[in-house]
Amino acid sequence: MSILDAKIPEGTLEQKWTKFRSSVPLVNPANKRNLEVIVVGSGLAGASAAASLAELGYKVKVFCFQDSPRRAHSIAAQGGINAAKNYQNDGDSVYRLFYDTIKGGDYRAREANVYRLAEVSSGIIDQCVAQGVPFAREYGGMLSNRSFGGTQVQRTFYAAGQTGQQLLLGAYSALERQIGMGAVKMYARHEMLETVTIDGKCRGIIARDLTTGKLERHFGHAVLLCTGGYGNVFYLSTNAMGSNVTAAWKAHKKGAHFANPCFTQIHPTCIPVSGDHQSKLTLMSESLRNDGRIWVPLKAGDNRKPIDIPEEERDYYLERRYPAFGNLVPRDVASRAAKERCDAGFGVGNSKMAVYLDFAFNMDRYGHIEASKKGLDNPDAHTIRELGKGVVKEKYGNLFDMYQQITGENPYETPMRIYPAVHYTMGGLWVDYNLMTTVPGLYALGEANFSDHGANRLGASALMQGLADGYFVIPYTIGSYLSKEISTKSIDTNHEAFSEAEKAVQEKLNKFLAIKGTKSVDYFHKKLGKIMWDECGMARTEAGLKKSIDDIRALQKEFWSDVIVPGSADEFNPELEKAGRVIDFLELGELMCIDALDRNESCGGHFREEFQTEEGEALRDDEKYAYVAAWEFKAQNQFELHKEELKYENIKIAQRSYK
Amino acid sequence: MSGNMNLTLKVWRQKNKNAEGKLVNYQVKDISPDMSFLEMIDVLNEQLIVKGDEPIAFDHDCREGICGMCSLYINGRPHGPKDRITTCQLHMRSFEDGQTITIEPWRAASFPIVKDLVVDRSAFDRIIASGGYVSVNTGNAQDANSLPIGKEDADLSFAAAACIGCGACVAACKNASAMLFVSAKVSQLALLPQGQPERYLRVHNMVAKMDEEGFGNCTNTGACEAECPKGISLSNIARLNRDFFVAGIASDN
Repeated sequence: MSILDAKIPEGTLEQKWTKFRSSVPLVNPANKRNLEVIVVGSGLAGASAAASLAELGYKVKVFCFQDSPRRAHSIAAQGGINAAKNYQNDGDSVYRLFYDTIKGGDYRAREANVYRLAEVSSGIIDQCVAQGVPFAREYGGMLSNRSFGGTQVQRTFYAAGQTGQQLLLGAYSALERQIGMGAVKMYARHEMLETVTIDGKCRGIIARDLTTGKLERHFGHAVLLCTGGYGNVFYLSTNAMGSNVTAAWKAHKKGAHFANPCFTQIHPTCIPVSGDHQSKLTLMSESLRNDGRIWVPLKAGDNRKPIDIPEEERDYYLERRYPAFGNLVPRDVASRAAKERCDAGFGVGNSKMAVYLDFAFNMDRYGHIEASKKGLDNPDAHTIRELGKGVVKEKYGNLFDMYQQITGENPYETPMRIYPAVHYTMGGLWVDYNLMTTVPGLYALGEANFSDHGANRLGASALMQGLADGYFVIPYTIGSYLSKEISTKSIDTNHEAFSEAEKAVQEKLNKFLAIKGTKSVDYFHKKLGKIMWDECGMARTEAGLKKSIDDIRALQKEFWSDVIVPGSADEFNPELEKAGRVIDFLELGELMCIDALDRNESCGGHFREEFQTEEGEALRDDEKYAYVAAWEFKAQNQFELHKEELKYENIKIAQRSYK
Repeated sequence: MSGNMNLTLKVWRQKNKNAEGKLVNYQVKDISPDMSFLEMIDVLNEQLIVKGDEPIAFDHDCREGICGMCSLYINGRPHGPKDRITTCQLHMRSFEDGQTITIEPWRAASFPIVKDLVVDRSAFDRIIASGGYVSVNTGNAQDANSLPIGKEDADLSFAAAACIGCGACVAACKNASAMLFVSAKVSQLALLPQGQPERYLRVHNMVAKMDEEGFGNCTNTGACEAECPKGISLSNIARLNRDFFVAGIASDN
């Protein structure tokens, strides 16, 4: 085991980034033109990084597996993006956003990175508005804000329930502008299948053209992985069908350490599973918790319709357990509380694995306000409700429509049924302060890295981090590496390192096709998902994790002997793509369980049943586990743990309380 | 299980861009009405795969109606029989037991077929690259609230910006025109102060690119608006036409 150096700059917390920015080596414009950067992934992190680096003058290539960079899954983020603007005059500041994020992450994130994130947050909003991102506004023309979980200020900027879409289209438009100007070359429907290392430095990638099946070699002085999270290891998640860990996992197997893989976020408000046919789960934005109250019946097994259960026979369990934050506790806390109620027999709906998210109370509250605005004296209950519905529709209309489309129920008339689902992964490739992995020249940005959210991410912070990394961090930090590469000429892709990497990829593709077994790729993915959800999901135990590691290894073996992948490698073949992604998930799932087993404490999204307070809250062990667990790939099924100690010099580490 | 459905599917199969395609019949059984349409195709594909046959290729990703990747011309309508949703949001409860469902790709010369139901929509990206942006490099922005924008304009701009770039408008149009798509981006930026400096150049360049990509002319039929899963309004096309007219006058000077 070695101690990892995060390369955190000297100085006080407030000075670190400013000083670093002013002293980091620069690359002059003439040299930038000769430096090539590969960006894999075109979501918020990838698109913003690619556009910003191209604007600086670097030669950039961007790869995405979708048919257009605009499809990246950042597009599906609903609720909003945080920034410490303090436009609401409610006491927000850079320090408070920093503090909330560290606390929300259950004291498992790096102070210097999080402070930098809070510092640049404000500039993100400015940049996006300048691009023409149509954020929600007040009548006076100013930007509107709302609240998200784990905070007591209103710092979330939004565009209805489509904030991710609008931010991504902003970054995409900046990217397309650079493509139009010839500064970025775009490779859509291309999947990165290997990194290429020469003399210890990352020098390029092997990508497969998904339309023709042809393997391609691409050189870069640096490679940026902006490839998102790995929530699909659970099969069912709120991720897109194509979201995968392959790029990050290939990098891991070529020397990049994987940090805190067991830190996964189970989001409390998703539409419950309705049957075995289900291919994905749909999120209902956390912003709904601004106006929705979560409850279950007081009596276990109460089968009455929700509207027939009187107020005094309802248990608003979040408001009961956490009076200070109520329905706006962080996600990990809200998810566990829902699971606790359902496991105890108080769940609702056919499966009994759901709780209610009820808007009636706030619809009436808004209805009263609207009635008094209109000067209506003694309006009847129906009028109030109708007026209130209008307000709720304006705020969350698209989410309510989405819910109705999927469930066939009208959430304006009956409470939504919700249950936690896998949503985000805090873990990812280990990176230093520069966002560089343990492989020189290989960077990880956005959800693909582990850096800012500790053991639990606060709502509306993923968009903030993705854009912070791409617009405002990497354009500076990459200079400290590339300034030393100005005399490195482009390496010919006939170099043997490229040939070997391509050969390995080709052999693996051939191997998938040659097995000709009896079970589809999805069969293995579903089986893995069930193991992960049951044993490495919202609650984990030593025994369960040990068994899962064996089960997953057995499943890996079964995959290599019995999977069937139709078609060939030299054509458009989605099953072949899936096979590659699922075997990587099978290997990652094993590491997640190993990591969860190693961490004998509960923190944030990682809840080990053996370690909890009497009230059922996560019980951290700061003496032994205040570190980042960075795993090195040694050989198949063998991983070595390295630690980065977490030092809290500015925040007093404490038991997290939202009561 | 009671209430489940048996269906006949007629699906467009085409090996690749250059191969000839045809409709192929498939039977699917025991489909739950709670399944999404794409999950129903998943079921069929699973059956094909374990038999060693090639599954039906179709584009899809987020499966929650926002990425714009899914397409499909279902019984003669882009995104199927229901209004204001994408194919991934369509559920089998919208069909009847015993029904025959015809599934085809988007049909437009500017969207060549890649395989089966998958088409190439990169022409849309090239149109955006020709001008669908505000030219502002990272780091140039002033404070966000120094530019007040009235709520009505902001809301109208957002409504146009809600376009997901799926191409249903092109597929629905008898001329395969991309006017609704182009006008949505032109309108979003024309309604905002940030979009003003390049307003007329933008519309000029984007329309030129649209023509170059081979999309047809707009004859104001309105099928695009009717089939748009995001309800993008035809009034955006009117706004584009006004701006395009002004751009023409301006360029004559």
